[in-house]
Amino acid sequence: MELYQKTIHEINDLLDKKEVTVTEVTQAVVNRINAVEKNTDAYLSLQTEEALEAAQGLDTELSGRTQRTPLEGIPYGLKDNMCTRGILTTCASKMLYNFNPPYNAEVYDRLSEAGGILLGKTNMDEFAMGSSTENSAYKKTRNPWDLNKVPGGSSGGSAVAVAADTAFYTLGSDTGGSIRQPASFCGVVGMKPTYGLVSRYGLVAFASSLDQIGPFTKDVEDCALVLNAIVGHDAKDSTSLNLEKIDYTNNLKQGVKGLKIGVAKEFFGEGLQPEVRKSLEEAIAIYKTLGAEIVDVSFQHLDYALSAYYMISSAEASSNLARYDGIRYGFRAEEYSDLVDLYKKTRSQGFGDEVKRRIMLGTYALSSGYYDAYYKKAMQVRTIIKADFDQVFGGCDVLLTPTAPTTAFGIGEKTSNPLEMYLTDIYTVPVNIAGIPGISIPCGLDNSGMPIGMQLLGPILSEETLLKAAWAFEQESGLTNLKASLGTEV
Amino acid sequence: MSLTREDVTYVANLARLEFSEDEVTALADQLGAVLDYAETLSGLDTSHIKATEHVLAVQNVFREDEIKSCLTNEEALANAPESEAGCFKVPRVME
Repeated sequence: MELYQKTIHEINDLLDKKEVTVTEVTQAVVNRINAVEKNTDAYLSLQTEEALEAAQGLDTELSGRTQRTPLEGIPYGLKDNMCTRGILTTCASKMLYNFNPPYNAEVYDRLSEAGGILLGKTNMDEFAMGSSTENSAYKKTRNPWDLNKVPGGSSGGSAVAVAADTAFYTLGSDTGGSIRQPASFCGVVGMKPTYGLVSRYGLVAFASSLDQIGPFTKDVEDCALVLNAIVGHDAKDSTSLNLEKIDYTNNLKQGVKGLKIGVAKEFFGEGLQPEVRKSLEEAIAIYKTLGAEIVDVSFQHLDYALSAYYMISSAEASSNLARYDGIRYGFRAEEYSDLVDLYKKTRSQGFGDEVKRRIMLGTYALSSGYYDAYYKKAMQVRTIIKADFDQVFGGCDVLLTPTAPTTAFGIGEKTSNPLEMYLTDIYTVPVNIAGIPGISIPCGLDNSGMPIGMQLLGPILSEETLLKAAWAFEQESGLTNLKASLGTEV
Repeated sequence: MSLTREDVTYVANLARLEFSEDEVTALADQLGAVLDYAETLSGLDTSHIKATEHVLAVQNVFREDEIKSCLTNEEALANAPESEAGCFKVPRVME
């Protein structure tokens, strides 16, 4: 196995034994980027020279000491909606084509303190609105398992960088599935932590009550390592939880004997690809052999989650995106007649079609006469969905579901029908509405060789249990650190 | 329920967006379809349900009123399309 194909914990072993240097590790992944990035287009901008310089500096420093921390010297990528001072942060939008943030996102500061080496900023759907990364204003990211298919979205670039071994790990953001769905489509591990567990300071806001940052990794152990580095209270984010820090690797390998795993028929409904269903059934069988107890659970109101999600997220987006007016930063239209015309021309030229659709939908849902019917209603449905999850987790420890109804679809296949695109999020959005954590891990391949993802969900702050359940499955199934076809051909 | 072209134009003005005739037609169809889908919500009786704005019961997050460093004027203006005398510059709003 090539150096760039290894997991973080495998690289850690090599670095700790001084069998490789940080420079060798970084050079290996930079070479990999040079070889395959032209096929995958995972990144919007690259910092490979700076990364190699940082690696050399770190090697000098590490030669003088015996201890290093788990992410020290590990090259990674950040979704381009996380602010990086001195490095463009575009949100894949023309609106922020020249935005050079004057401050850093908290997660970037934390990873820098942990000794992480930033390789670049990854592609995404514009302002994180989309399920295929096709809404980027700059480029189409391709699925390394089949370059004619989408990587999922909105964190498609972050998923592809890990799947194509052009980063050891990446961060994404998940508002309605934007980490878990692309992780599923690309055959990697992706986690959305509990709302409030990871600081959103410096994450460009889409829907503030739903957004959460989380990791993409090659296996579950790596997910725990990255989570350790990014979790923690931040006074700069008023929704950040102030909890005692835990080490997510502590209970990782304890197995699932006696763990109650819930299966709800509502997550296996119409539109589920038969191979996805079959793969999930096999996963259930594996859990049984591992000693977990499988229990039937059911939801009363899951059908309402997607509608509520699109109302809440679009309403919050329309408010959050009001700040893009061409005055303080970003794009400004060249010709306008007065101030209001400047706003309108700037926003109409700077935003892409999907972003405008969401702003329109959200503005409508918040407008006089419709507020009660759409926005308030959606917030009430949110209470009901939360109660549904509470009731379900009264009967099981974790819930096992498909991550998405299908495997990755073709580029261009769903772009003309927004509603059809929204339906791909049907199994992921209820999680954000309830604020609970979820992880997607690979559980098989479909008939055309595309990865299938399964989702494990748990109550608020159950990350440790989710990681333990995910790790046990990964070990037993052998579906760990999967290599896309691109990985063997190039 | 469907959305009229007038609805689209009205909401566009609220959102400070403008659209071509063709775009207005397309948006009326696309947003209408999403709103039709969202109509399922009206079938659910929520009259006695409290709205949840935030999933966590975190309230009144206070901090000490301390003097701390913040962005300099230059840093704050560095990304502005136009600035003058330490201020963001906008087109004239009063005659």
